[in-house]
Amino acid sequence: MTRSVIEICEGLATGEFSSVEITQDYLARIAQHNPALNCFISVTGELALEQARQADTVRAAGNAGALTGVPIAHKDLFCTDGVRTSCGSRILDNFIAPYDATVIEQFNQGGTVMLGKTNMDEFAMGSSNENSYYGSVANPWNLKHVPGGSSGGSAAAVAAGLAPAATGTDTGGSIRQPAAFCGVTGIKPTYGRVSRYGMVAFASSLDQGGPFARSAEDCALLLQTMAKFDPRDSTSSEQAVPDYSAGLGQGIEGLKIGLPKEYFADGLDSRIAGVIETAIDELRKLGAEIKEISLPNTGLSIPTYYVVAMAECSSNLSRFDGVRFGHRCENPVDLEDLYKRSRGEGFGAEVKRRILIGTYALSAGYYDAYYLKAQQLRRMIKDDFQSAFDSVDLILGPTTPEVAFEIGAKTDDPVSMYLQDIYTISLNLAGLPGMSLPVGFVDGLPVGMQLIGNYFDEAGLLAAAHSYQQVSDWHLQTPGLTS
Amino acid sequence: MSDWESVIGLEIHAQLATVSKIFSGASTAFGADPNTQACAVDLGMPGVLPVLNREAVSMAIRFGVAIDAEIDRHSVFARKNYFYPDLPKGYQISQFELPIVGKGHISVSPGEGEHKEIGITRAHLEEDAGKSIHDQFPEQTGIDLNRAGTPLLEIVSEPDMRSAKEAVAYARKIHSLVRYLEICDGNMQEGSFRCDANVSVRRKGEQELGTRAELKNINSFRFLERAINFEIERQIDLIDDGGRVVQETRLYDAERDETRSMRSKEEANDYRYFPDPDLLPVTVSDEDIAQIRAGLPELPEQKKQRYIDELKLSDYNAELLTGNRDTALFFEATLAESPELSAQLVNWILGDLAGALNKAGLEISDSPIKPTMLTQLVARIADNTISGKIAKEVFDAMWQGEGSADDVIEARGLKQITDSGAIETLIDEVIAANPEQVEQFRAGKEKVLGFFVGQVMKQSQGKANPGQVNAILRDKLK
Repeated sequence: MTRSVIEICEGLATGEFSSVEITQDYLARIAQHNPALNCFISVTGELALEQARQADTVRAAGNAGALTGVPIAHKDLFCTDGVRTSCGSRILDNFIAPYDATVIEQFNQGGTVMLGKTNMDEFAMGSSNENSYYGSVANPWNLKHVPGGSSGGSAAAVAAGLAPAATGTDTGGSIRQPAAFCGVTGIKPTYGRVSRYGMVAFASSLDQGGPFARSAEDCALLLQTMAKFDPRDSTSSEQAVPDYSAGLGQGIEGLKIGLPKEYFADGLDSRIAGVIETAIDELRKLGAEIKEISLPNTGLSIPTYYVVAMAECSSNLSRFDGVRFGHRCENPVDLEDLYKRSRGEGFGAEVKRRILIGTYALSAGYYDAYYLKAQQLRRMIKDDFQSAFDSVDLILGPTTPEVAFEIGAKTDDPVSMYLQDIYTISLNLAGLPGMSLPVGFVDGLPVGMQLIGNYFDEAGLLAAAHSYQQVSDWHLQTPGLTS
Repeated sequence: MSDWESVIGLEIHAQLATVSKIFSGASTAFGADPNTQACAVDLGMPGVLPVLNREAVSMAIRFGVAIDAEIDRHSVFARKNYFYPDLPKGYQISQFELPIVGKGHISVSPGEGEHKEIGITRAHLEEDAGKSIHDQFPEQTGIDLNRAGTPLLEIVSEPDMRSAKEAVAYARKIHSLVRYLEICDGNMQEGSFRCDANVSVRRKGEQELGTRAELKNINSFRFLERAINFEIERQIDLIDDGGRVVQETRLYDAERDETRSMRSKEEANDYRYFPDPDLLPVTVSDEDIAQIRAGLPELPEQKKQRYIDELKLSDYNAELLTGNRDTALFFEATLAESPELSAQLVNWILGDLAGALNKAGLEISDSPIKPTMLTQLVARIADNTISGKIAKEVFDAMWQGEGSADDVIEARGLKQITDSGAIETLIDEVIAANPEQVEQFRAGKEKVLGFFVGQVMKQSQGKANPGQVNAILRDKLK
């Protein structure tokens, strides 16, 4: 079960198998491996088979689109009409949205088959998937290790072959970091490229949806379905969407790739640095021009991010109050009791920590020192990239400073956990697209390489990653799960 | 008392008359069953996003242009964070640092011949909250979110008013303006137009403002005046007794005619305003503003000036007629057919009609006497079909629903006697019956003429043409 999306599309097109058959295969594999991996919060077997039957009918009628009948898993913060959307939180354990997120709607229109909803850090807050009400997810490469987060369930499901593709969201690295930890390919598009409607908000100015798959080629196909202007999201971009698959073959001959010296400084595991350098050599051989650049404000990105993201989340999560939906405490004695206990019982520790910090950062007397200052730094970080892109086409570096750590290793040290996002976070602050692709192993665990593009240059990123994947096979490696 | 000065500023919430809500497609119509006009966005469901209704922006700009205010080319929506069950998202989307309408001003007329310029600090767009219903379920509160997301324009005045009367004049002026602009229906009972008053007192001559109290829950102009007057008295008494005014929100209780302190917990709110990341800044171009300016209707001030210049109305009458858009529209409708009768029409509208409406508690738009009916009535006086006195009877009959002026005159046989032969007969009878008075008149007692006119009119049941009666009497009594 290591078929790529492209291979499944071909199999469906040639009649090698039907959508129902391939869906049954994946459901069987989920039944077999999910108990150990815990990638899925909900498995929607019946719905999947129903969608697969419809897809087969559509195909038989000659109306199949690019992804008709392809199974996919969705991160459990995309609202799905009639299917629970928990966001990995007790507070939404009973929540069933009466609407689809735009991303879900687009996949449904494209005829994909939803296998289930994947595990995640509660409200996408975390870098290890340990903050889920539904328990942590195991990294398929080593079950004692985390898969990364927050989209850990999606990354692990694709790595383990429980789904050929999955959706994720990325607020500070939540697609790229788990993609790196699990050895899969994932892309976070430019802010505004993919609609946020129906995607439960963590930090509205940073959140962006994107796909996970086995290759850049697959990601191109999936992103094609996700990227669209959406009038229901005011921050959605009207910029035309190019044909990503058609652009894959453009090659990287003469491409100028910048290596930010700050991304190779202290804190980076030297073995990861070595793996990345080997990959860089490959790119050089393919004709890329490699040069060192500087993003001098990189060090400011983590503090800036944690003010902006927490301020926004403190407000975004106010709607979970036990009044209209979600968890409500038993027998509240008055309104304050209703709020305090519903939220106290419904939210996990990390979510509470972030709400508290964000509330503090926005409070009278602190706003200027924190929120406003963070906005200024955000502008400086963005300017760093802008000037870098004056001289290079792409920026390259490690996705993470370490490979996947052991479950429990960092749970008592939130700051060390936050530092996992050092290379990924600044893109969200700048709104730039980035992707992670597997380029080797350290200690038997995958190493991810991050490519950063200019605004709306997802096509350039995908093409560069595809060129590399044409001459390497890291993305084809699969973890040796028992059976 | 007289050594005190009160300082008043108003915050007016005008509900904008858009078809749908400010950030969703749900209807804004009033009075639907609870929660039937609240979509996922209004309910603050997870993942849903607000999309700005540009019509609300246009309406705000209309207002800004009408008060000669700066229109911000770049305004920002911010979140005002607080928890309340009828506030679904846990924050209200409002404008904070960069409102769409900046400084403006408006001229008000607190009394006949008085004029005062009131500054407007700002006007910003925001969404309304829902309603908490406390009296329908035992020990529980119901939440109706139909109103949640209804667009509001919050109009904040400078503390320029010095009496309740001035505050009411200002509130009425704004009320009139938003209705002229057709951006708000002005219905105070339904809460479409709400006034909060900031009231403080200081000794005359002092430069610094006193501590203010904010008065809420005022749903009529009458209550606005009462609430402010009560509050001024309260504050003066408090200070006179050696106390201090505390900054607080006070609710006006119309039944007991007093203001009461709301729970002090409210004061401690820190709203943690920050720009709403779900919405882009609102940009307005010069062309947008020019277009909106060109589309403005005739505003009360312009209308008033036109009445003074073209119809030669007095300043006072012109002010009264234009103070309420519906009154002006009524007047203009009566005028359409008989522009030469404007003076008489004004007198009827501001006199008998206003009196009757006031007595019946009706708005002019609900008047049983329609403009065409009034025009006909006035025309019948002008063409001598009826006298002014009979006209009052016709007016009352029309008010009671007996039809048009002509219908009433016909049905009740009120047509004036203008046949001089018939009038002469009546006069001859009266003269014959009152020889004593004839002597008095002839002896030079001019006043007695009135007695004869009265007798003749009485004999004619008021239908004799008074002008003719006068002339013929004089002739006969010579």
